[in-house]
Amino acid sequence: MRVLITGMAGHVARRVALQLHERGHRVVGIDLRPWADRPRGIPLYALDLRKRAAEDVFRTVRPELVLHLGTVSALTAMGEERYRINLGGTQAVFEHSHTYGAKQVVFVGRHTFYGAGADTPLYHTEEEPPQALAHFPELADLVAADLFAQTALWRFPELTTTILRVCYTLGPSGHGTLANFLRGPRAPMVLGFDPLFHFMHEDDAADAVVLAAEKQPRGVFNVAGPQPLPLSVVVRETGRRAIPLPEPLLALALGHAGFPRLPRGALSHIQYPIVIDGGRFRAATGFVHRYRELEVLRAFSAAFPMR
Amino acid sequence: MSAELTIAERVDRLELPFDRLGIDPFGVSKWHLKIGMGALAALYRHYFRVRAHGVSNVPARGRAMLVGNHSGGVAIDGAMVLASMFLELDPPRLAHGMAEKFINQLPFASIWTARTGQFTGLPEHAERLLRDDRMLLVFPEGARGTAKLFKERYSLVEFGTGFMRLALKTQSPIVPFGFIGGGDAIPTVTNLYKLGRLLGVPYIPVTPYGASVPLPVSLEVYYGAPMHFQGNGNEDDTVVQGYVDQVKAQISALVEQGRQNRTGLFT
Repeated sequence: MRVLITGMAGHVARRVALQLHERGHRVVGIDLRPWADRPRGIPLYALDLRKRAAEDVFRTVRPELVLHLGTVSALTAMGEERYRINLGGTQAVFEHSHTYGAKQVVFVGRHTFYGAGADTPLYHTEEEPPQALAHFPELADLVAADLFAQTALWRFPELTTTILRVCYTLGPSGHGTLANFLRGPRAPMVLGFDPLFHFMHEDDAADAVVLAAEKQPRGVFNVAGPQPLPLSVVVRETGRRAIPLPEPLLALALGHAGFPRLPRGALSHIQYPIVIDGGRFRAATGFVHRYRELEVLRAFSAAFPMR
Repeated sequence: MSAELTIAERVDRLELPFDRLGIDPFGVSKWHLKIGMGALAALYRHYFRVRAHGVSNVPARGRAMLVGNHSGGVAIDGAMVLASMFLELDPPRLAHGMAEKFINQLPFASIWTARTGQFTGLPEHAERLLRDDRMLLVFPEGARGTAKLFKERYSLVEFGTGFMRLALKTQSPIVPFGFIGGGDAIPTVTNLYKLGRLLGVPYIPVTPYGASVPLPVSLEVYYGAPMHFQGNGNEDDTVVQGYVDQVKAQISALVEQGRQNRTGLFT
């Protein structure tokens, strides 16, 4: 099968590419970021998804399967540029997939779609709308990209559209939102709050994307691994030190004194939980995670120990 | 009350799917339970000297809804029912109360309620806990119930109907209970609603002695036989209201039974 992966230099996308390549599929990638040590048989085009040259890749490769992992979070791109990448890129992926005859598009989104708030429920299901966006406007473009991807379900009925909302990923690569948060020796917490964090091993996340490509379920699916853990436990079990500060003080301390640089709105994500129900995806694909919660944390802390 | 087991042993006997760190999929933590239940047990056994009647009516396992009257200006009734399920049953059960939304916004209260299984009162939480075969603690009078004044302490205010639709939808048995003495422990003469709003709570109860600190009166709880209702939760309001009235009548009868049997405030 001909497979096109956007955002292929990302830590989960690389794993997906390697798996599909090993299984004999013809894998092609698009990403402005480099992936120097990739196998020779996996071409990577350093292109902007929204430019004409990216459409040429669709036209010449004629992928049957498109895996769209080319969105970015507020931690890696700012303002208008992030909007353009997430919304313009997603629009281009679906338009080109439709135009050039792809059979399936898998949009890999994030569980932060649901938002974190004091009165949002634990274990979000796919039917729930995004909430608490007012507190974290930097998340709006990712939410919009997810909702835009959903329109393909009715706009392009001949295309199998699979939308995945994957919880935080963590592992030896050290990449991803949660890994960035745990990068330094000290991890900030909002004094008096200790939300559940839902995360999975990056290998399990890659397995889930591959499984979505194999089983081709149509619709929206939460992807979760083991049970969530309180943030304080995540910090402790990865060998970091939790620094609880009152919320106004914490907002000032971000980006200083070894604290990660986070948008102010992200504080709601370390104050209230975002936990998802992954039952629908498991039922549709038979997905079973390999790594339990402590094994995921150990995999990260072994690769990035604190001394 | 079987006193031979320690609090820690009781926590270990809870039939919940704790992981190796002692945390369950809802974030309930053994460590927090041991401390929280230890504090509640001291209040239950020594301060309020709670007597629980009809505990054998509570199913040993499987989904169930404990539904009763509010009694007392702060939620000591809920705390003591929680303690009775933990201390009187063997194996003990963790009752999940439905907390007021403002509690999750309060530092530290947010942690302690979440880690001891007392989640924000959202329909999604209630349904998910029941489908996970857990036990839910429900006060259909809501905040109106805790706001009852001393003279109204044995009356029942209007019941919501959401709990009954949930019971029908999830096919959960309802265990009615009557709680006696909470209104004596906190003899509310008036409630300060404006001050409460300023402090981020629904109201501040005022007692003849000023503060809303509970008096060490004895408390009692009467559990009735489980009630089963057939349906899917989409029935007409009149049908559901009829079922609610049956539960309310049963709770009223249990409260009356408790009043008749009550020998004194401190005995």
